[in-house]
Amino acid sequence: MTALYALFDNAQAARRAIELVRAAGVPHREILVLSNRPLEGFDEGRSRATRQWLVATGGGLVGLAFGTALTTLTQTAWPLSTGNMPIVTWWANLIIMFEMTMLGAILATCGALLVFARLGRSRKVYDPAVSAGQILVGVERPRPEQVGELQRALRAAGAAVRTLE
Amino acid sequence: MTDRAELARLDDLLRPLERTTWRFYALVAGLAVVVLLGAVAWVSQMVIGFGTTGIAPPIMWAFYITNFVFWIGISHAGTLISAILRLVNAGWRKPVTRCAEVITVFALMIGAMFPLIHLGRPWLFFWLVPYPNRRLIWPNFRSPLVWDFFAIGTYLAGSVLFLLLPMIPDLATIRDRTTGVRRRIYGALALGWRGTAEQWARLETAMQIMAVAIIPVAVSVHTIVSFDFAMAPVPTWHSTIFGPYFVAGAIFSGIAALIVVMAALRRSLRLEAYLQPLHFDHLGRLLLLMSLLWAYFVFAERLTTWYGNDSAEIAVLMQTQRGGFAPLFWTMIVCNLVVPVALLAPRRLRTIRGCVIASCSVCIGMWLERFLIIVPALGHKYLPYRWGTYRPRAVEITITVATFAAMTLLYTLFAKLVPVISLWEWHGGERLARSPQPTAMPEKQLTDMRQ
Repeated sequence: MTALYALFDNAQAARRAIELVRAAGVPHREILVLSNRPLEGFDEGRSRATRQWLVATGGGLVGLAFGTALTTLTQTAWPLSTGNMPIVTWWANLIIMFEMTMLGAILATCGALLVFARLGRSRKVYDPAVSAGQILVGVERPRPEQVGELQRALRAAGAAVRTLE
Repeated sequence: MTDRAELARLDDLLRPLERTTWRFYALVAGLAVVVLLGAVAWVSQMVIGFGTTGIAPPIMWAFYITNFVFWIGISHAGTLISAILRLVNAGWRKPVTRCAEVITVFALMIGAMFPLIHLGRPWLFFWLVPYPNRRLIWPNFRSPLVWDFFAIGTYLAGSVLFLLLPMIPDLATIRDRTTGVRRRIYGALALGWRGTAEQWARLETAMQIMAVAIIPVAVSVHTIVSFDFAMAPVPTWHSTIFGPYFVAGAIFSGIAALIVVMAALRRSLRLEAYLQPLHFDHLGRLLLLMSLLWAYFVFAERLTTWYGNDSAEIAVLMQTQRGGFAPLFWTMIVCNLVVPVALLAPRRLRTIRGCVIASCSVCIGMWLERFLIIVPALGHKYLPYRWGTYRPRAVEITITVATFAAMTLLYTLFAKLVPVISLWEWHGGERLARSPQPTAMPEKQLTDMRQ
């Protein structure tokens, strides 16, 4: 069995289902919740937000290094004298360095989202009813000994149980 | 929220994507004709040369750079406003953010075209790009024009991504409601989005980071555009307040453009239930605030020029106060200050219609402001033999009109392909877990508080 799940109309019903599934012995991290809107309070305990910020900072630093190298190495390799300014003009270069820093941070943020949110991968368990507003609560690849208990828990939450083979 | 209400909302917001009327085709055809005329005018300028325009020494930056600064200013509507509203978690932002972000992307694309149109030989634009060309001349990183390239490039890339990231869940919703080729296209664009708790958390964090990053970029872009002027030894341009003055003006015109677009979308797509008078009221207040801030900058700028009493600067100043440019200057004051204050300060006049009239007035006034910064100063530089004036000809007028049509056309096509109001952001965060129980305060802390 690929998945066992049920669809709920609102967050309260979904919450009750999650509690019953947990009571049935399924660890929090194994419970699958799909929705067409963010549901606060479910992601507790598995946040990767800090890592996203770190990746963005890293991207910014790479951008800064690139901007610094691009301007200073160019000006050193092909010295242009304009307006009685020094060859390496830090005041002017700061603008390019700033823009490259921010570009690096922005691109790194998008890259981190793709990786951490596992985007771009083939779809696993999904039901189109989710995009119409229903909340899917279930378990992917449940262990055989869990199935009976899970079905009872989801039915007790007031929804029809669906299975994906 | 019931399932029925959710479906009704989805139907409302996805209606423009699913049903097409003859009015849509007529609008697209009409706008495409105007854009085509603009393209013909541009090609004629390339073939005949710049002599076909009114642009001639000493006023080499005329309509085109006016349009460049104007459109870059309009682009500040979206990403900047949206990012600020996201960061402060303003509840009323939900229907506004995407409308605004789309303006940024298209206005930037149009604005960035103008330096190319102004080049005369646009096929050599890559000389601005930093790579060694055949003559081993690298771009001069001290030139504000190269700063423009980097700033606008970064802002455009950031704004496109800032628009696209929160669109992913909506593309998944459209994927699930369509069939055939459309389903495959939207499916590919949705990147396999399922809506897991993990995905939502990562998306919201990414949007926070993007908002933090994009605000300084937005401010830098218009500051750097102002440096195109402030770094030049031209009367009235070499000013230290040009950076913040331009940024304030850009946000001012951006909010005005946003109000006009929102009103047009509200009427044409029947979004009355989503774009409510409350949203116009909030944006109207913001527009009023920016009008006063703009007036403060104009006063500070002109007072300093007048008090300095430099003969070249006074000559430019007087041309705009009493000379040939005075009618445009006083029209600008009426459009940017008198009309917005009159319509937006009294609460009973701050209706949707009042906000739209004030916003149209501000758009006109801000275009005139860009024109008045550029043309009088260039026509009256330090040496009298370089004095001159400028009259636009059909070519640049056609191209200018075509860019407004291009903006409308791009927005119309976008609204046909993607919902202009974010489907998922409408909800805000629903609480799924139990609210945390209040915990007992430690005895020591209680004792400290009592003391």
